Amino acid sequence: MADPKVPAERPKIFDSNGFDSRPLSPHLQIYRWPITMTMSILHRVTGAALYMGTLLLAWWLLAAATSSQAFGWVQWFIGTPIGLLILFGYTWALMHHMLGGIRHFIWDLGHGLGPGDRDRLARANLIGSIILTLLIWILGYWALGGTN
Amino acid sequence: MNSSLKTPLGRVRGLGSAKSGTQHFWLQRLTGVAMVPLTVAFVLTLIYLARASQATAIATLGSPLIAILFYLFIITGIIHMRAGMQVIIEDYVHDDALKIAAVMANTFFALLMGAACIFALLKLNFGI
Repeated sequence: MADPKVPAERPKIFDSNGFDSRPLSPHLQIYRWPITMTMSILHRVTGAALYMGTLLLAWWLLAAATSSQAFGWVQWFIGTPIGLLILFGYTWALMHHMLGGIRHFIWDLGHGLGPGDRDRLARANLIGSIILTLLIWILGYWALGGTN
Repeated sequence: MNSSLKTPLGRVRGLGSAKSGTQHFWLQRLTGVAMVPLTVAFVLTLIYLARASQATAIATLGSPLIAILFYLFIITGIIHMRAGMQVIIEDYVHDDALKIAAVMANTFFALLMGAACIFALLKLNFGI
């Protein structure tokens, strides 16, 4: 009869080499996807997007330096639905990457690495980037309606 | 017990087998810190120029404060993005020849974009 004070030994599963093959840690597939992972990927993706965005900046500056006609073309392109979408995406990428960078500086200084803090920072990063993007577009697109 | 004849300082100066230390990391942080205020200035200027004519754009980008901040934004941004893209390439491109080619192409692209933007600014600031 089993003694209740002595815990029963867990059943062992041996592989062909005679090692106990019980999994030692949860596998990647059953991890809850943490928001910090999404934010890590987004920081890289927005960085790469801004990299390509320099093409637009160079085009805009070169056009401004060339002629009013060339400048008009860029301004026209930016005003098309595709141009507006690109510029809106560029704005969000810039704000997200900037706030993500600040998040990295906070970590570099040794703060915000705890489980609660890092999730709060990640959410603040995402929400902050959306708020700043909308604010910029409210100011730039709707508030400054006319030409100057 | 230190089995090497090198002093600890000598080992640090030699930077070990990797032959490099934290320069890349530090360059990324240094330019990153600078980019925060420069980005704010850049975005505020672009908000102002959202629907500007070419004449307004030239006048605005020609004012000393905005011009200097734009030059700094472009130079700092180009260095920062080159360093960042290099890390992405080194993380995902495992074939040595392809990796070296991609890192070189990254530098060329960064310099091309930097040269284009700086040339444009110089031309609209000082040119005809």
